[in-house]
Amino acid sequence: MVQRFLRPSIWQEMDQFQREMNRLFDPNSRVRAFNSPSYPAVNVWTDEDGQLISAEMPGVRPDDISIDVTGDALSISGERHPDEISKDARYHRRERSFGSFSRTIQLPFMVDTNKVEASFRNGVLLISLPRAEADKPRKIAVKTR
Amino acid sequence: MARNDPSMEVQKQEDVPAGEMERTHARRCFVPKSDIYETEEEIIVLADIPGASDKTVDISLEKNVLTIDAFIEPVRANGYDLAYAEYDEGDYQRVFRLSDEIDRDRIEASVSGGVLRLCLPKAAAAKARKIAIKTK
Repeated sequence: MVQRFLRPSIWQEMDQFQREMNRLFDPNSRVRAFNSPSYPAVNVWTDEDGQLISAEMPGVRPDDISIDVTGDALSISGERHPDEISKDARYHRRERSFGSFSRTIQLPFMVDTNKVEASFRNGVLLISLPRAEADKPRKIAVKTR
Repeated sequence: MARNDPSMEVQKQEDVPAGEMERTHARRCFVPKSDIYETEEEIIVLADIPGASDKTVDISLEKNVLTIDAFIEPVRANGYDLAYAEYDEGDYQRVFRLSDEIDRDRIEASVSGGVLRLCLPKAAAAKARKIAIKTK
């Protein structure tokens, strides 16, 4: 509260910049964790009414993906099948992996399971998870007397 | 995932810009994971390029250098804030040097479900040049 009446100084801005940079490179920062614990790696987007989860799953057929939501847990599982190749084919390079996967993500809220939507486009899975009405924070009006 | 260490599968390898060359897109660029196999008739290249579609992939073959350039359509969530990220989005680029001569006119490429499939038929001359070794 006192800060507001002070003139912003260059040092203050420098401090803020330093904090921002520290946050960016903080290995414990929750925002950027490029070591995913399991497949698929997900990005989580939030707004007031819920979350949007995106995952890159190239080569997985949409029919092979199963998404289950129970309460506040989302689970993505499925299988990636290898390409069928003829017997006389010889591999030069094999970097892509195949097999089944399963992952459960704990959400910070209860999901309205009837309104969950998922789409799969260009190998990117997008799941929209709306927050259950009952779980939303209630606004409390402040009355003046 | 069966073959690799699971933590490796979800890691993308960033492309190292060659020399002084820089990309025009201010986005990261990754080396797509690829499978290459060869049959009598053709060479098949499969590359994982999630986020790119058939309209945003450029493939060029100059002499025997094959370049794959894939540009993505980033996930844009209007009104949403990115709260947590395990992967980064970016374009894909990879260059391969091919050994056999390729019949350029019959090259076929398709993209489906984030996977590029490139079919490079061998030229008749390259097929004929194979010399059988006889045992006496």
